[in-house]
Amino acid sequence: MGETESALAQAPVQNATPVLEARGVSRAFARPHGEPLKVLEAVDLTLYRGEIVGLLGRSGSGKSTLLRIVAGLIRPSAGSVKYLGRPIEGPPPGVAMVFQSFALFPWLTVLQNVEVGLEAQDLDPEERRARALRAIDIIGLDGFQNAYPRELSGGMRQRVGFARALVLNPTLLLMDEPFSALDVLTAETLRTDFLDLWMENKLPIQSVLLVTHNIEEAVLMCDRVLLFSSNPGRVVAEIRVPFKHPRNRLDPRFRQLVDDIYARMTVRREAGKAQVLSIGERLPEISTNLLAGLIEALASEPYKGHADMPALAQSLALEVDELFPIAESLQMLGFAEVAAGDVHLTPLGREFAEADTQARKKIFARQLVTRIPLAAHIKSVLDERPGHRAPAVRFLSELEDYLTDNAAEQTLRAVTNWGRYAEIFTYDDATESFSLVEPETENV
Amino acid sequence: MAESGGRDPTQFTLRELAQQPTEIARTLVAHPYLAVRGLARSALPSHWDLAAFVLLFGAFTLIALAFGQFNAPLATIERAGIDLHPSILPWYALRTTLRMMAAMALSLVFSLGYAYVCAYSRRAERVLIPVLDILQSVPILGFLSFTVTFFLGLFPGKVLGAELASIFAIFTSQAWNMTFSVYQSLRTVPEDLTEVSRSLRFTAWQRFRTLELPYAMPGLIWNMMMSMSGGWFFVVASEAITVGNQTITLPGIGSYVATAIEHRDLGAIGWAILAMLVVILLYDQLLFRPLIAYGERFRMDELPPAVEPESWVLRMLERSRLIQWLQTLWLGGFSRLRRTAKPVREKKPPRELPAWTAPALDLVWYSAVIACATYGSWLTVHYISSTLDWSEVLRAVELACITMLRVVVLVGLASLIWVPIGVQIGLRPRLAAVAQPLAQFLAAFPANLLFPVAVFLIVRFGLNEDVFLSPLMILGTQWYILFNVIAGASVYPRDLLDAARHLRIGGRLWWKRVLLPGILPYYVTGAMTAAGGSWNASIVAEFVDWGHTHLQAHGLGSYIAQATADGDYPRIVLGVAVMSLFVVAFNRLLWRPLYRRAERLVGLED
Repeated sequence: MGETESALAQAPVQNATPVLEARGVSRAFARPHGEPLKVLEAVDLTLYRGEIVGLLGRSGSGKSTLLRIVAGLIRPSAGSVKYLGRPIEGPPPGVAMVFQSFALFPWLTVLQNVEVGLEAQDLDPEERRARALRAIDIIGLDGFQNAYPRELSGGMRQRVGFARALVLNPTLLLMDEPFSALDVLTAETLRTDFLDLWMENKLPIQSVLLVTHNIEEAVLMCDRVLLFSSNPGRVVAEIRVPFKHPRNRLDPRFRQLVDDIYARMTVRREAGKAQVLSIGERLPEISTNLLAGLIEALASEPYKGHADMPALAQSLALEVDELFPIAESLQMLGFAEVAAGDVHLTPLGREFAEADTQARKKIFARQLVTRIPLAAHIKSVLDERPGHRAPAVRFLSELEDYLTDNAAEQTLRAVTNWGRYAEIFTYDDATESFSLVEPETENV
Repeated sequence: MAESGGRDPTQFTLRELAQQPTEIARTLVAHPYLAVRGLARSALPSHWDLAAFVLLFGAFTLIALAFGQFNAPLATIERAGIDLHPSILPWYALRTTLRMMAAMALSLVFSLGYAYVCAYSRRAERVLIPVLDILQSVPILGFLSFTVTFFLGLFPGKVLGAELASIFAIFTSQAWNMTFSVYQSLRTVPEDLTEVSRSLRFTAWQRFRTLELPYAMPGLIWNMMMSMSGGWFFVVASEAITVGNQTITLPGIGSYVATAIEHRDLGAIGWAILAMLVVILLYDQLLFRPLIAYGERFRMDELPPAVEPESWVLRMLERSRLIQWLQTLWLGGFSRLRRTAKPVREKKPPRELPAWTAPALDLVWYSAVIACATYGSWLTVHYISSTLDWSEVLRAVELACITMLRVVVLVGLASLIWVPIGVQIGLRPRLAAVAQPLAQFLAAFPANLLFPVAVFLIVRFGLNEDVFLSPLMILGTQWYILFNVIAGASVYPRDLLDAARHLRIGGRLWWKRVLLPGILPYYVTGAMTAAGGSWNASIVAEFVDWGHTHLQAHGLGSYIAQATADGDYPRIVLGVAVMSLFVVAFNRLLWRPLYRRAERLVGLED
């Protein structure tokens, strides 16, 4: 029913069977010791015909996990997922996926890559070929049929990824950050090409689920956006995008919506000042150069200590996923406040911006010891020990009580870098141990 | 940017792997036959290969001529009275290990020197690299007769000669791939680092110590360890050997087994196998793993390795205060030494040579090479044809075909068994972490220690020797297939597996389109190593004894072994030459093109 109008309809057909229905989906990963780690908690999601729905969130918010659950690649620990009314067990036919890394088989040509999914379906070779060629034609890959993926640019590779998905005549298309591995221009071309095909109703697809961390991309492409929080991943908001395609990024209403979403995504830290961090707080691996760079940028013209995050991101050519952790690190260290999509420097941040290298290190060391419990903990352990030396494993195993193995290692690396810059302790990679003094000074 | 450090290592795509050649080098077992891939681009042998071939065999012939035709028997080394009591085995094991270490030291010096000459002199490179390439295809066990004769001749009647012969035999099994590895590293030192070292006006020694050696280190260490693993086979084979009327028996596990065979003592063989297991286990824990983990620190790339090599021994050494203290002492002494060293003198600009010097030198050098090659080929042909006629050559080729049939069938069978198993293991990271060291361990175990057991069974049940001796050839080398396939499957990109599952590709299509192409380069490396090793092993596997019972299969291996036992030098030269030709042809016409194709498809190259 309504096949032809589905893509054109701006208001989704709500009363029909939803294409996808997820209820109370959770996912936890077992850990060797300690509680299982929750990456996704009680997520509800309904997808109707004619919709493009975006899952927007920072890395670690479980949105890719949700996509993989829908794709039938992993199973939820709790909850149910139904595709066209039937529960999902294994990759369902009619669902196709486009991967962030393209995931093309390097030893197959473009044509073979597109065909390989049909081959698995035991189709007649001639029909297979005809359908593959048609998909290649639609997606604009004509002339590249017998090229190998390595001969193609990133954009062309992702086109192959799209063709491989489309040739299956899917009802539901899943996209896992499909444009994030591409440069800005190529990504934009691919987005508009895809939207054109979608609007002209040239695709068999009835709905699209798009995972992204790019706010503008979500507003540009989606009819609805689900906003995810991190650790564990939860849906914190559902935002309708009321604009007609083709959308204009410069339209004030478009900008306003982007600003709103920025504001919502920064809401988590709004209680910033009062918040006391724990030892197990995950620290982003942000170099001190980057921290200093952002402080300097904020302190100077045109911001003078206060900036709107979307504008800042655009002028520094940083993605949300890149800008947020830097800003948050500044907040953790007390150099800046982040609230409602804005960031502004604290007096201490201004002081840092004016100071010379040595003074900066002093300020940074003070903040590190007072604001980051992990750094203070490492320093106090080193102070107490007679040799002022402690193996990294000791702190790593402490961190692993709170974080996944990867996150624990990353956090320890982050604090190591900050500690080294502040000169409050040092780390010897050969012996994998922390110490108070530089190893060279021992030997001289 | 913030993510670059903390990525899940299983998420690397092949493309990224392609940009991380060392990443590959570490998981992919760097193989000598492949090491030249940057050099010999065409599949067909070039004229330089031909020159190398005749040069080498000319040299062998010379040695054979010089020593083989002495009718006066050299002083025979008495059987030192090998004691079959198990309590003396640790002593024998120690002697065997020392021989191994001596050979390794020799190989290290050789590989650095040879590679240096090749990397810095184009003229030498032209000749020496093909020579090296042929050398590694020459069956080492066929060498034994030449080297034994040579060293016994150098030190007549002395144990030293026999020891040196054994060490040299092990050396020939270890040196070539190490040399290739160093050569390859020296050739690929990043241009910017070379420029830095020039602008900092490093001396040659400084450049070697701070740039070239560290850069070559990971590859060299890995190849050292591979060589050592392969070396156990030859150390066992070279301790007890009879050439004509000379019998050498050096105290060691190899001769212990030889004596046990003579006495038909299955119990003693069991003890020897146990002793070898312990030795290899110790070697693995005390040397192999620490060195590999140590080599990690010289890696150039910045991605975290898929599996961080760990070694408790290395960790213990690094953590121990005593070692740290010793290090300080040594470093202190070293830096004092350096401080007293004279400041680097201004390098004099090289004197201007007339323009005709280089072409003239070329002319002299290449004509010398051509002259030597011509003489070598004449000498070899003349030597063989003066005693043997063409029908003998035909017979050798015919026997080589029989052995080739065995190798092909065995590698095929081993692949059918180990590829599916290796893939299943490799796709499960936890299992692979356990199975991989085990497979490496099995590959290091000298299979010739197990021969007597098999021979005992063949004799016992009266089995056909042409058929049942064959599996012995691949007994020790099949593990190379297994652990290369495991390595390949364990770095197979996760997202491609996801995509395949998502496209619901299964069954035969999955193997054909998804998995096998992806592990092909790894498989080829393993299969080639297994095949090369099997050719070599045929010399001992086709020709076995159990007490006074003698078993022999038809093939080139038993032909060479028979000729060695008879001290029949022309036949040895002929047999070894034919076998080398077959191995070289196999590598050039089958394995290398296959590897290059696989590598291109997977995108490991460029």
